[in-house]
Amino acid sequence: MREQILAIIEKNSRIDLKELAIILGAEEIDIANELKALEEEGIICGYHTMIDWEKTSIEKVTALIEVRITPQRGQGYDNIAERIYKYPEVNSVYLISGGYDLLVTLDGKSLKAVSSFVSDKLSTLDGVLSTATHFILKKYKDHGTILTKKYEDTREKITP
Amino acid sequence: MRNPLADKIVKVKPSGIRKFFDIVNEMDDAISLGVGEPDFDTPWHIRDEGIYSLEKGRTFYTSNAGLKELKVEIVNYIKRSQDVSYDADHEVIVTVGGSEAIDIALRAMINPGEEVLIPQPSYVSYEPCAILADAVPVIIELKEENEFRLTAKELRDAITDKTKVLVLPFPNNPTGAIMEKKDLEEIAEIIREKDIFVISDEIYAELTYKDKHVSIVSLPGMKERTVLINGFSKAYAMTGWRLGYACAPREIMEQMIKIHQFAIMCAPTTSQYAAVEALRNGDEDVASMREAYNQRRRFLMNAFREMGLKCFEPYGAFYVFPCIKEFGMTSDEFAERLLHEEKVAVVPGTAFGDCGEGFLRISYAYSLEDLKIALEKINHFITRLREEKK
Repeated sequence: MREQILAIIEKNSRIDLKELAIILGAEEIDIANELKALEEEGIICGYHTMIDWEKTSIEKVTALIEVRITPQRGQGYDNIAERIYKYPEVNSVYLISGGYDLLVTLDGKSLKAVSSFVSDKLSTLDGVLSTATHFILKKYKDHGTILTKKYEDTREKITP
Repeated sequence: MRNPLADKIVKVKPSGIRKFFDIVNEMDDAISLGVGEPDFDTPWHIRDEGIYSLEKGRTFYTSNAGLKELKVEIVNYIKRSQDVSYDADHEVIVTVGGSEAIDIALRAMINPGEEVLIPQPSYVSYEPCAILADAVPVIIELKEENEFRLTAKELRDAITDKTKVLVLPFPNNPTGAIMEKKDLEEIAEIIREKDIFVISDEIYAELTYKDKHVSIVSLPGMKERTVLINGFSKAYAMTGWRLGYACAPREIMEQMIKIHQFAIMCAPTTSQYAAVEALRNGDEDVASMREAYNQRRRFLMNAFREMGLKCFEPYGAFYVFPCIKEFGMTSDEFAERLLHEEKVAVVPGTAFGDCGEGFLRISYAYSLEDLKIALEKINHFITRLREEKK
């Protein structure tokens, strides 16, 4: 049941308890307890809203930054990662295998704001060897949801 | 001018769904719960394989019975799902949808005047196909109190010495009924005893919500007398690709292939390549679609319970078949009023046989959001009907 609950609320965190219980064929109280447990165990970490900022009048720039760093003795990458993720403008920080070490995503008000964050804050951190900044031009799909097209039912209306 | 037409086809009634289809199509804003196909797109990796086959120029006929690699995958699938072995070279045919398989199976097995047992309510093509094959269709009226399963008694009562074939349409469209192993065992005994054959249309085999589907071919002595029909439309959301298949004893299969060879040549090549991918790597897609259907099924059953609308719990396909007898109208009247007054389209049960009278087929091949809106409207409608009655 855990897996099913997670699969559903990952796509629709607004679904209400009653409906969740109905479609899973379970009791409301059991679902409520399971959700509580999932939250307490830190498996459910938050309930966010997906926003296509492009469609608003609010200016927003998202960047992906590849960061190469020197791991520190005894700390590995964790220390530097922590120093990076504490900046509120940083959206996510991932340790990556391959050509670089950390992938940082960042929301800024403008290109300038992002680039000054990179040059002033990020690249000057001790242990950061180099950065490469990629600005996102268009989001086609995010969190499994296609942003550029709406679902259209093209089936015949009645079929046997 | 002479009459250009054949009496046989003129006598066949056009599909009962057609009339309704025309009305619905004229209404732009109608919400339809009348569709008999999945709402999901074909999974992308399957579509991609079809596209890739076109890019590589695989645009020629395949052999009549179908691509060898597809037939092998079909045989593997039946082995892993039913633990029954077929010979890919002599016992399998790839057809243009399950529908073609129904047609050629009947034509391969029937001599004029022999009787074909057709349980109803069921899919619209069995009876016309039987007539076109010069069979005498004999309808078995399934009962709601048996959850629309075929019982041993109903079967026994319908068999005469002219009976040749039983069509076994489970999991069932339109009722959503299934036949479980014990149900099948009971009828299999009679089938063997009376020495008749079975055309088992299992196109909804992957969409069951209780135990896994059991095919009648897995019962002792039944593979030898059964044409098993399945396809890709429902399990993999591939209706438009027009691809199905049949497995049958070599003797029957040879004749089916002859009809197919002269009438069809071969099933669409692009679709066959896509289908190989579906059977090799599509299990997860099927599982996630099945789960989505099951959630919607529970949602509908709960909504009916809350409305006080009588409906047996169906465990297969993607239909529910609620009973509307309490309103004292025919299925047709009910469906037409529902359409005009609330702009919700459902299919009257009578489109699937006379014994569908008093029932509606409601499809849940729609998103939960759409179902919610439609169910709200149905609730308004029946509340109004109940007030009118007072």
